[in-house]
Amino acid sequence: MAEYKPIRKVVSGNYAAAYAVKHARVQVVAAYPITPQTSIIEKIAEFIANGEADIQYVPVESEHSAMAATIGASATGARAFTATASQGLALMHEMLHWASGARLPIVMVEVNRALAPPWSVWDDQTDSLAQRDTGWMQFYAENNQEVYDGVLMAFKIAEQVNVPIMVIESAFILSHTYDVVEMIPQELVDEFLPPRKPLYTLTDFDNPKAIGALATPDDYYEFRYKLAKAHEEAKKIIKDVGKEFGERFGRDYSDMIEKYRTDDADFIFLGMGSLMGTVKEAVDRLRDEGYKVGAAKVRWFRPFPKEELYELAKKVDGIAVVDRNFSFGQEGILFTEAKGALYNTSARPLMKNYIVGLGGRDFTLNDVRKIAEDMKGLIERGELDEEVEWYHLKR
Amino acid sequence: MEIPESVKKRLTLPAEEYFYAGHTACQGCGASLGLRYVLKAYGRKTIVTIPACCSTIIAGAWPYSTLDVPLFHTAFATTGAVISGIEAALKAMGYKVKGEDGVMVVGWAGDGGTADIGLQALSGFLERGHDAVYIMYDNEAYMNTGIQRSGSTPYGAWTTNTPGGKRHFLEKRHKKKVIDIVIAHEIPYAATASVAYPEDFIRKLKKARNIPGPSFIQLFAPCPTGWRSPTDKSIEIARLAVQTAYFPLFEYENGKYKINMPNPKKEPKPIEEFLKLQGRFKYMTKEDVQILQEWVNRQWEKLKKLAEVFG
Repeated sequence: MAEYKPIRKVVSGNYAAAYAVKHARVQVVAAYPITPQTSIIEKIAEFIANGEADIQYVPVESEHSAMAATIGASATGARAFTATASQGLALMHEMLHWASGARLPIVMVEVNRALAPPWSVWDDQTDSLAQRDTGWMQFYAENNQEVYDGVLMAFKIAEQVNVPIMVIESAFILSHTYDVVEMIPQELVDEFLPPRKPLYTLTDFDNPKAIGALATPDDYYEFRYKLAKAHEEAKKIIKDVGKEFGERFGRDYSDMIEKYRTDDADFIFLGMGSLMGTVKEAVDRLRDEGYKVGAAKVRWFRPFPKEELYELAKKVDGIAVVDRNFSFGQEGILFTEAKGALYNTSARPLMKNYIVGLGGRDFTLNDVRKIAEDMKGLIERGELDEEVEWYHLKR
Repeated sequence: MEIPESVKKRLTLPAEEYFYAGHTACQGCGASLGLRYVLKAYGRKTIVTIPACCSTIIAGAWPYSTLDVPLFHTAFATTGAVISGIEAALKAMGYKVKGEDGVMVVGWAGDGGTADIGLQALSGFLERGHDAVYIMYDNEAYMNTGIQRSGSTPYGAWTTNTPGGKRHFLEKRHKKKVIDIVIAHEIPYAATASVAYPEDFIRKLKKARNIPGPSFIQLFAPCPTGWRSPTDKSIEIARLAVQTAYFPLFEYENGKYKINMPNPKKEPKPIEEFLKLQGRFKYMTKEDVQILQEWVNRQWEKLKKLAEVFG
């Protein structure tokens, strides 16, 4: 193994994604432009134009077709990638099911953007979380580095379990904000991520297969079970690949939930994506003031790391779930998942849901402090005031 | 089954079969006949994509397949996009695509999946210039869901959502001219074909193979179940569709039109000849028949003019 010397570049989250696509030696990209995803596919096109990447680029006429063409490419046996956001992801919905049902290891970068109306181009997780039941795995990046690392790991994981993966980043907060990203020299990426070896392809002319055929009630059920099982098995592969990534490149991703100063915490914040960077910074400051708090960042929302959540939950008195998303008629989506995951366990921390940052509303250090104060009071009193708080609401 | 050389010599179609017997098509199905011809023309190195349509079922439920070539089943609207992705992947993986020894990428979709829900993906495929062949098998309604009208259903037809009745609620729109929409993209090769003229169809398939870029063939494929016609009359009906100029055979190649009628000098037969064998037209009044005849005449004159001017 060659010695690892990272190449440091100051790039946006979107450019980090594009570099990862290049380094992963993706063979086919089919994509349709949508704010704030566009600079990913622009950068990839630039790589192709400059002769830096050998990619077949299909500039499709819609996101539905973007996913369909990516599916066609992946089924043929190529390493295939696409990217989208918000409305585009919603338009893809039908084909997301197709990609997972056909067991294709597609990787897609999804830029979290609020759904309209009212029109909004800003950060909001409801678009990706609304795809929860499509059979895709979901990785939420906190920063540009995790976008880059996430795409590389996603291909390695997806191609082992034959389940597609969304690597998710925040609109503008990551997609268009420049930060230092440590990139990996091509030959070391190649060692980590060798060419895809598909189980079935459409090019096996001597032993042709029909992919996606009708399954009667006698068989459909087992197909679903196999996909469910693949998600369960993926947990170990995620940990193994995350560990290997850490050993090779110094950034360990073996935990599906990143724990930040949680060891002796009285209560923790639970959330996903870029807002957890703010939470971690706030935790440092709160710690300095004597608050015993920590942050737990859910990296993988699907498969859901309920075992890791239990290990955390059993040690704390409270969990403040910060959701930049909402399921109408119920509550924040991570909140539902976290409560559900703990129901059949002995862990019974006090849990409250804070709905924050929808449509790009700023979520600041001061907001984390206020939530910490609120949680501290609730834990002392030992009861909830309300289960779900629309934290920023103009009253 | 081995076919003796002496017999092979007399055949006007390729002897090879890549479409197994024992499939689940209805009796007299034009679509299954069409798909069999496609595979005869293209052989083993063919990748077929089928969206939601009768052929989804005809191709067989898991773990069976009627097709002896790789097959990708896909969602209704996506044929054009999926074949684009397959073609791109083949090129990325170093395969030769199209041409005599190249891999053939084939989209095989019904009229609903082409004229209606798949039109956008079809347009994208054509406009981007992928090396693949898109075949629309036209049975003039959503047959797999139980005979609902599509954009390709002709004027005066009964379907289950244009059922006639007291208020004479029949199809009142003329057939969408998908081939004209396709030609508007100025692709290298587009053609109409009919299961009643298999030699002509296979000749066109082979031509499509050797012309780089996207090709499109609209194949007339009778459906006895949906057309309420005798199962042994499918070929006769398909022949009459051509002979009445209701569905004329022609090619559009690099900007030039060429009409391929079997008897070029003969005047088209009256449309009644085509209508009378099919129960789906039984609710048409004399006025309805006249309206359809005028549409046929108009389209036929237009095509002849095109062939004359751009021949």
